[in-house]
Amino acid sequence: MSRLRTSISVSIAIAVGLIVLLGYFIDIPVLINLRVIFLQWAVILAAIALIVGVLNLVNVHWKKINSSQPGGFYSTFLILALLATAVAVAIFRPTGSWSMWIFNNIQVPIESSLMALLAVILAYASARMLSRQINLFSIVFIVTALVVLLGTASLPFLDLPGLNELRAWIERIPAVAGSRGILLGVALGTIATGLRVLMGADRPYGG
Amino acid sequence: MIPLDLNSTSIINLLGFVFVLVFFGLMIILAAAGRRRPERYLRDIPAFARLGRAIGLAVEAGQRLHLSLGRGGIDGLQAGSAFVGLSMLQRISRAASISDRPPIATSGEGTLGILSQDTLRSVARSIGSEAQYDSTTGQVTGLTPFSYAAGTMSVIFDQNVSASVLAGHFGSEVALITDASERCGSLTLAGTDSIPGQAVMVATAQEPLIGEELYAAGAYINAGQMHIASLRAQDILRWVLILAILVGAGLKFIGVL
Repeated sequence: MSRLRTSISVSIAIAVGLIVLLGYFIDIPVLINLRVIFLQWAVILAAIALIVGVLNLVNVHWKKINSSQPGGFYSTFLILALLATAVAVAIFRPTGSWSMWIFNNIQVPIESSLMALLAVILAYASARMLSRQINLFSIVFIVTALVVLLGTASLPFLDLPGLNELRAWIERIPAVAGSRGILLGVALGTIATGLRVLMGADRPYGG
Repeated sequence: MIPLDLNSTSIINLLGFVFVLVFFGLMIILAAAGRRRPERYLRDIPAFARLGRAIGLAVEAGQRLHLSLGRGGIDGLQAGSAFVGLSMLQRISRAASISDRPPIATSGEGTLGILSQDTLRSVARSIGSEAQYDSTTGQVTGLTPFSYAAGTMSVIFDQNVSASVLAGHFGSEVALITDASERCGSLTLAGTDSIPGQAVMVATAQEPLIGEELYAAGAYINAGQMHIASLRAQDILRWVLILAILVGAGLKFIGVL
């Protein structure tokens, strides 16, 4: 039974994948229409998956509260906040005054605080990187980051000649060249992964 | 009969299709050649050797492995890295199947949450322990970048995690996750398809995977002959692209293009 289920999953995944791929490259109306329909289904399924994701989040934190795991208090707070937000959005609509109040006064400050924390963590991580591995690449990395930072920020007490030009050159030439090289590698890797899924060699759907 | 309107879009589409077909053909040929004459030489990537040791140590010490799949969906360009993450989750959970504490997967997107649960359940089923499967081992920890990072941090702190593998789509918020992992003294192996995410990982992760190294994971963790074949095909096509770029630059230099 399990093998039959796997075979059916693999067949559906390969067939749908092939139709979407061919519909992208070949100009045949039937293929294009099928591709659009499948992509619309994917969008609908992704939206349903979002709801399932929220339910999973509630389930995990509910179990945490019931089993008295560490951090259970925060889980209670999370579920209450989730319910309050859902009720506010359902009653006052997503752009209603209370919904926007929650967004502007709770979510934005929390995410901004995490962003600020991120800046501190990155500065600390750069220093830790040097202590962990001092080699040519880590030194180049840190020096480049410093040059770009100093070139971007306005310095009230001194004006280093050529710093802005150096920053602009770094952003225009080595950074663009490096990121394009990386993106080419990522593109090749993505195609390879997609083809493996199409061949059924990779089954991310648990088959 | 394929109606061909030879405008520039059609030519680009045709070239793209030919490229995919060549890639597909190369993968099939190299997989067949690999089965006949197995050649296991792969460039040394220390991150994967450390991951193998970390899995063994976690099983022995009864600690948990954590795999974070990022917050990219499966209906866009970010699907590739998410699929690699799921592939790694399958191999890691199989390798750690004898442990008392199965690996835990976190994600920042609903579809990935479902797929991670499905992957963990299918591994449990294949080793005959579906009754022990716990649906909370595949968690959606948040649906915005920072809520996802914050939720994943608490998983790392609470679950006695000995190694964290981050494979999927991440932005700069990944620093919060790698920092949590560092503070717990666990190994962090991290790779992503996003350029800002990679830059942050280089600075914060113990074992960052640069560029396409993430996509080579399957070949290094023995996920099958097709993974090695696809890696070889990527290498061949990378050389073709390098050649094309050099020829293009040369032609531009002499004024032909």
